[in-house]
Amino acid sequence: MSRPVQYNTKLKMVEAPEAMMGDGFMATSFEKVVGLARKNSIWPLPFATSCCGIEFMATMASHYDLSRFGSERVGFSPRQCDLLMVMGTISKKMGPVLRQVYLQMAEPRWVLSVGACACSGGIFDTYSVLQGIDQIIPVDVYVPGCPPRPEAILDGFLKIQELVGQESLRRRNGDKYKELLASYGIQ
Amino acid sequence: MSLNNDTIQQTLTQKFGEVLTDWQEPYGMLTFTAPKEMNLKVLQFLYDEPTLNFRFLTDLQAVHYPDKKGQELAVVYHLHNLVDNVRIRFKVFTDIIKPDVFSATALYQSANFMERETYDFFGVNFTGHPNLIRILNVDEMDYFPMRKEFPLEDQTRVDKDDEMFGR
Repeated sequence: MSRPVQYNTKLKMVEAPEAMMGDGFMATSFEKVVGLARKNSIWPLPFATSCCGIEFMATMASHYDLSRFGSERVGFSPRQCDLLMVMGTISKKMGPVLRQVYLQMAEPRWVLSVGACACSGGIFDTYSVLQGIDQIIPVDVYVPGCPPRPEAILDGFLKIQELVGQESLRRRNGDKYKELLASYGIQ
Repeated sequence: MSLNNDTIQQTLTQKFGEVLTDWQEPYGMLTFTAPKEMNLKVLQFLYDEPTLNFRFLTDLQAVHYPDKKGQELAVVYHLHNLVDNVRIRFKVFTDIIKPDVFSATALYQSANFMERETYDFFGVNFTGHPNLIRILNVDEMDYFPMRKEFPLEDQTRVDKDDEMFGR
């Protein structure tokens, strides 16, 4: 007897990359395949210091469910993670710690700056707070808001996915990228 | 007889005479000022005297009064008699050019971190402190941020300069 309700009939699959196809073969560029794999299996490393971290917890939990986008596993070791999510006020004394965490991450790595404080210091326009984490590490995507809603964090995450999927395999070895890191005094 | 503000004032005046000044009782808390060279003597007396018995240093901090020439920095001690549950407040004033004050660490262990914090934010130089270095701010900081001549905002930023930020 068939079941009265059909579950999971609207499964959404990731689209295959542009390719040459024929009987029994498919040819595409390596870059596209790697990009596709990377963008749908990002391991985020949450660096949550305050209220934006609470929004992130909601983003991770079942209602907003970040794992829909391939980030089922949140890693707490920087050495295994691809995406550093900085959420909350970073004081100047915390700056070296954040930088150390960034340095411990293996390439390729991305940084998502969530919330007004991480992006610009926010309301804490004061001597003890870092005025934006981009003063010490390069940032890929900024999510504004104080704090941003989980939807906004998800939107930022999708922007990161876009970047990851389109990134050239040669980018991290290029002169421009090395110049960027050098401008932050890294390597 | 329970300890009250009058008896404390009498006992202190008997011992130190007229050097203790500016007696006040804001919100019922006895407050007085001593010359800064006397701070340890007064604290020691408050600690040792069996009738006073102020053996707990609740708080220690500084206040900056830029207009009081020669007495710009006030170091404030809050003391608590735990037996009679009485609190007093005790101030010494110092010059900002040479802000040397004797450290209370030998008498109260708890003064250690509080004096480091006071040094960190106001630059009060506690002579005799075992480890007078910054405690809350970054080590590279080259000024004392709670002194009034320094603006609250971080001055390193150049893009927050429109009228929205008041720079």
